[in-house]
Amino acid sequence: MGHTPRRKRFAGIVASLFSAGMAVGVAAAEEVNLYTTREPGLIQPLLDAFTQETGIEVRSIFVRDGLAERVAAEGRRSPADVLMTVDFGNLIDLVQKGLTQPIESDVLNDAVPENLRGSDGHWYALSMRARVVYVAKDLDIDSLTYEQLADPDWRRKLCLRSGQHPYNTALVAAHLVHHGEDATREWLRGMKQNLARAATGGDRDVARDIMGGICDIGVGNSYYVGLMRSGRGGPEQVKWGEAIKVILPTFEDGAGTHVNISGASVARYSPNRDQAVRLLEYLVSDQAQKLYAEANFEYPVKRSAQVDPIIAALGDLTVDPTPLVDIARHRDAASRLVDQVGLDQ
Amino acid sequence: MRPADSSIKSVSISSEGPPAAAKRRRLNLWLIVAAAVAVLVAAPIFALVVTAWGGSAGLWSHLAANVLPAAVRDTLVLLVGVGVLTALLGTGTAWLVAAYDFPGRRMLDWGLLLPLAVPTYIIAYAYLDVLHPVGPVQTVLRDLLGIENPRDFRLPDVRSMAGCILVLGFVLYPYVYLTTRAMFLMQSANLIDAARTLGAGRAAVFLRVALPLARPAVAIGVSLALLETLNDIGAAEFLGIRTLTVSVYTTWVTRSDLPGAAQIALAMLLVVLCVVLVERWARRQRRYANDAQNPRPLARHPLRGASGLLAFFACLLPIFLGFVVPTWYLLDQTIERVRFAGISPAIPTEVLNTVLLSAVATAIAVVCALVISYAARVGRGAAPRVLVRAASLGYAVPGTVLAIGLLPVVTGIEAFVDSAATRWLGASTGLFLLGTGAAVVYAYVARFLTISAGSIEAGFSRVSPSIDAAARTLGAGGLRTLWSVHLPMLRPAIATGALLVFVDCMKELPATLLLRPLGFETLATHLYGEAIRGTYEEAAIAALLIVVVGLVPVIILTRIGARAEAEAGMTVSARAAAQDAPDGLPEQVRGAD
Repeated sequence: MGHTPRRKRFAGIVASLFSAGMAVGVAAAEEVNLYTTREPGLIQPLLDAFTQETGIEVRSIFVRDGLAERVAAEGRRSPADVLMTVDFGNLIDLVQKGLTQPIESDVLNDAVPENLRGSDGHWYALSMRARVVYVAKDLDIDSLTYEQLADPDWRRKLCLRSGQHPYNTALVAAHLVHHGEDATREWLRGMKQNLARAATGGDRDVARDIMGGICDIGVGNSYYVGLMRSGRGGPEQVKWGEAIKVILPTFEDGAGTHVNISGASVARYSPNRDQAVRLLEYLVSDQAQKLYAEANFEYPVKRSAQVDPIIAALGDLTVDPTPLVDIARHRDAASRLVDQVGLDQ
Repeated sequence: MRPADSSIKSVSISSEGPPAAAKRRRLNLWLIVAAAVAVLVAAPIFALVVTAWGGSAGLWSHLAANVLPAAVRDTLVLLVGVGVLTALLGTGTAWLVAAYDFPGRRMLDWGLLLPLAVPTYIIAYAYLDVLHPVGPVQTVLRDLLGIENPRDFRLPDVRSMAGCILVLGFVLYPYVYLTTRAMFLMQSANLIDAARTLGAGRAAVFLRVALPLARPAVAIGVSLALLETLNDIGAAEFLGIRTLTVSVYTTWVTRSDLPGAAQIALAMLLVVLCVVLVERWARRQRRYANDAQNPRPLARHPLRGASGLLAFFACLLPIFLGFVVPTWYLLDQTIERVRFAGISPAIPTEVLNTVLLSAVATAIAVVCALVISYAARVGRGAAPRVLVRAASLGYAVPGTVLAIGLLPVVTGIEAFVDSAATRWLGASTGLFLLGTGAAVVYAYVARFLTISAGSIEAGFSRVSPSIDAAARTLGAGGLRTLWSVHLPMLRPAIATGALLVFVDCMKELPATLLLRPLGFETLATHLYGEAIRGTYEEAAIAALLIVVVGLVPVIILTRIGARAEAEAGMTVSARAAAQDAPDGLPEQVRGAD
């Protein structure tokens, strides 16, 4: 069964057609492929700076839900080099599903504090955001604990995004670690009674709703304050940001403020492993950490890096020392408790 | 491609070969090709079944205790609310433009379709902003009332069940409008004239004659609107309504329990299929009512003075709320944004990507629909019908769930082709579906095939079988009959089906998001990326473009002419009726010829 010349030619055409799309990328010097659940607008300045400094092209895809499923389905053929998420629960989930690989990098290990990375080099935090409380500007209140969000004083005055959103699930999971199941259930019940509107929307909606008089108090991430007040979201949002003041709450036992992270891992079958490590190392460099702080108003993970003045003005951040891995372990239970209490219903 | 090639060959051979043997072979080939299409389209559902099977049943006690009571209640309330609202709006406006003549009727006639171009997630965003205490409406209201602080005066929040029902109702009513208007225009003339002659008043004619006659069309339109509601994730979630669809999400995303999510999704699919079956059964019961023997066009009664004005405003209201307000708002935001930050340079590429993906998917969906419908036409027995129904499964599950089901199918095909290519051609094909956008096209076809299939089937049913027989007698084979005889007759049906598929592809978000290649954005994914950050005004440009590009097919749809218009009703109806299109409405259409 020898191939006729015609068949050979056909085979050649087919082969070249199939590889054409992929060859373009391969030919362009070095590249690294980024799968991210992080909103592309926030990360793009960092990636541009990385390309400028190293000459490595970054091709990225923003996937909200299903990042793990897609990488898993692609398997060994996956072009994914770096997997990036904006919630440690999702990040640790990737590790547990066996989609990541360990890396050893002194640069990363020196830059990222031990509680903000996997002990085995499977994941690294790149930036932090605090889960803070927004309160109406005219309220006479300067400090608050997370537990107090359930106080009857706030009946029908609290605004929250969905309790099933990873940011809130992580906070509930942290509460679980601190106080156990029964206390957390009661806490959630109290918050449900305090809701001024359905638990939905985004954190910026909380600020706008406070300005609109729908609620007096709400929970949101720290960087949104910077994004609003800096005017980066447009002139409207400056007003929202000015309508609130920000409290860095702590857990009752004085443990500190709950933080979440954005972080990244190197994909298990990464075809450009070296470039992937270089990208991660770049993201914890002084320059990138500064960009995280300036462009996104996040807290740098590197201790030597400065936070943006708008964020610094919120007060000194004391991070809740509970290991993120412990919190991540309670994520499922936290999500079920949110269902049980019907926080979103 | 291969099966299609072989069918062409066999058809040309068979037209010269012995008739009996050739016929048997031809039928089998059409059926085989159709079966291949149906298998590909239904594959993600099977993948979901496999996934669901792999999970434990432990989830259900948690769901039953904590989630289902509230989620089922909210889902039902939402469905009933949207159903009633779309039925009222759709039927009412359809009756006004079909039975009466009043100032502006011609404009309203097609204007009432415009909200079809506005995706539900966009209208939800728009209304939250417009009606927010710090938004334009309430600010003006406070100024008029002399109130400074929004704390002292507020309208009810849009983020509520009522808000969600209203918002969805005002963009989904065109489904009812389309189906019902077609029915009013074609069916009721004789009986309605008789009723009028016998002295029935306007209300009596509508309530006692026209409405009962149009009930099947209303049922179809409403069931379409309800399927859209059930599959909606964006709008309902954004407005704080936790339907079952949101529970699928929570289980999967927050608790990383994909098998559990697949179980809920399949349970929902069962419910949807039951609803469709009930709707079919109900329609079958009333079929006798629609077999008007000798239909004439309905004579429009002129409405003058106050009643004419009233009719005008009654029809204007849904257009205003479902289209003008959100579009005006998007336009306003776009202008503000462009002034503040300019236009993103990526936008032209995104428009191109959006149009390209949608166009390719539409073309494939039409070809597949033709094959399936033709196989159903020439085939005998239960097999063709089973295929048609299998091919319509994709429309009955939420987009994200379908996309998740598609992932293993797509990567499975890729792995198979890759290993074959490596072995025989010495070249790896890699991720040739996920890496090229073909996976997105696959998802679109799997999801929206039923729309084009229903439309084309309705068209086929108007072509008398004697025409087929004549073509065959004159020596044309199956393919030739389809190409030179059926296709020209089917053109309006194909066009309306294609346009509806195109609009739906353009608006599609979840499957596009999950299955698109690296570094590839469409308008919908751009919009979502911005909206998720809470920077809605940056998303306004993309949202406006989705509406504008979506308008083009809607406008073409309104211009296809009276005959196609009637078919458009049938076309839309085909979405819900895809499970049974051949024996439902089309017969009523045939009466109109």
